Amino acid sequence: MKLTDISDKLNEWFSGAGPMSDVVISSRVRLARNLAGHKFLSRCSNAEKSVILKKLKGVLMSLDLGDDVFYLSVDGAPVLNRRFLVERHLISQHHAFGKGPRGVVIARREFFTAMINEEDHLRMQVLKSGCQLSQCIDQINRIDDMVEEKLAYAFSPRYGYLTACPTNLGTAIRISVMLHLPALKITGQIEKFLNATRALGLAVRGLFGEGTEAAGDFYQLSNQITLGVSEQEIVHRFEHVVIPEIAEYENAARETLLSEQEYLLDDKISRAMALLKNAHLISSQEALFLLSHLRLGLNMHEHLGASTPAIDRLCALRGDHCADSKNEGLSIATINRLFMLTLPAHLQLNYGKELDSAHRDALRAKIIRATLSG
Amino acid sequence: MQCEICQKREATIHLTEITDGVRTETHLCEHCAAEEGVAVKSHIPINELLSSLLSVQPSDEELGGYSGEELSCPHCGFTLEKFREKAVLGCPYDYDVFGKSLLPLIKKTHDGNTKHCGKVPSRVPEDSKKQLKLAKLRQQLDEAVRSEDYELAAKLRDKMAEND
Ligand SMILES: [Zn+2]
Ligand SMILES: [Zn+2]
Repeated sequence: MKLTDISDKLNEWFSGAGPMSDVVISSRVRLARNLAGHKFLSRCSNAEKSVILKKLKGVLMSLDLGDDVFYLSVDGAPVLNRRFLVERHLISQHHAFGKGPRGVVIARREFFTAMINEEDHLRMQVLKSGCQLSQCIDQINRIDDMVEEKLAYAFSPRYGYLTACPTNLGTAIRISVMLHLPALKITGQIEKFLNATRALGLAVRGLFGEGTEAAGDFYQLSNQITLGVSEQEIVHRFEHVVIPEIAEYENAARETLLSEQEYLLDDKISRAMALLKNAHLISSQEALFLLSHLRLGLNMHEHLGASTPAIDRLCALRGDHCADSKNEGLSIATINRLFMLTLPAHLQLNYGKELDSAHRDALRAKIIRATLSG
Repeated sequence: MQCEICQKREATIHLTEITDGVRTETHLCEHCAAEEGVAVKSHIPINELLSSLLSVQPSDEELGGYSGEELSCPHCGFTLEKFREKAVLGCPYDYDVFGKSLLPLIKKTHDGNTKHCGKVPSRVPEDSKKQLKLAKLRQQLDEAVRSEDYELAAKLRDKMAEND
């Protein structure tokens, strides 16, 4: 299995399918585990790291996950490949550019990955499209049980799963949902959302790019407290309080745009179309920002039955160049595909060699023009 | 919407709090929110949080009389000095070795919680599992009593008796 086998395809978690997918891009559950009888990684020599890597790799590769599973060495991988894995959310930035022997086990359909020797010995995640946290936690629990049958974890009855950093102690679980909130942004209400999440004790960050700036209006929302709250309680809270509340905010903003600010909505969509269809240089940030408005327009058409001059023109675009659309008009999947495949490392890996930023911007613009022409 | 405190300015800060399953909403203007000490900063990176918490502790007292001489873990050689620098521990035993010093940090980052509640590996001895289960039931019982759900409380008491 080579990275180029997956690099030109859209991943399952970004397919645009699943419950509430007009607002919730994907759901993720991550567990941190450390092996009993070993030091945490900050005190491990490379030799001890290699021993841990070998043990975990052996067990993970032997699991029956219902999909092909492959292993990649991260310390041995070229920088471009590591960046690609980060863009696809298969490994963290920390793992990509960390130190010492480390690797990742990936299920071919990308619903499961396990980072070995990241901050903890093992960090594994299950990712699904749309709002599917219950399914994520059931699956990661089964996988966790299978690993634990073969290896003993560091665990204390008082503190639960022992992690290198005390902030992850307890269940050592990180539950995240990736949200697309363009209407809250356009209507100037994103602060409202950020305040609500803070009040709920959750962490917010952007989904693409670095730092906290949310390029493309994608936000990732995660729990912070891991001690004294069970896995089920956190999932329940996300599914019954957090997600419905935010989806309600976003949908109300979309309705407002439609009923009171159609000119504003149409301006955003028309500008995005004009630039994306005609530009010859587009940075990654700009592409994310503009594609976000197309995604909003398509979702409003599909879920709210919206029809405005700009939305009608948008829906009439053919969305060529896309194997999974049947040329029946532009689909969400085609837009999602553009989001993913025009990220810098994706672009270069699929092109077959490294490019400087000006050439990347030209290639990105070319791919987008070709897809949206028609 | 008007600010609930000054009743004058537009409310731009909207807080939702959930305590014992009861949801309360508060709507404030920027000014009153600041007065009330409501944090309007975006989420603080873990490292920043750690260093700010650790910079005010541990006191000599919290170190358990080890003032002056540096306590180090017999299993991995880790010290609190190193923890402050790296924000990660050296080995699982450090939670015992530096327990006293770490407790305030653990409490603060986990909203006052100091006991695990949730999944338990199947390898853990039956005794510990039972204790964890009982602790959880006791917590649920407290909550049931507080919210005056006596039917649930009775059920939980039965369950505890079964497990005892
Ligand atoms: Zn006020
Ligand atoms: Zn130690």
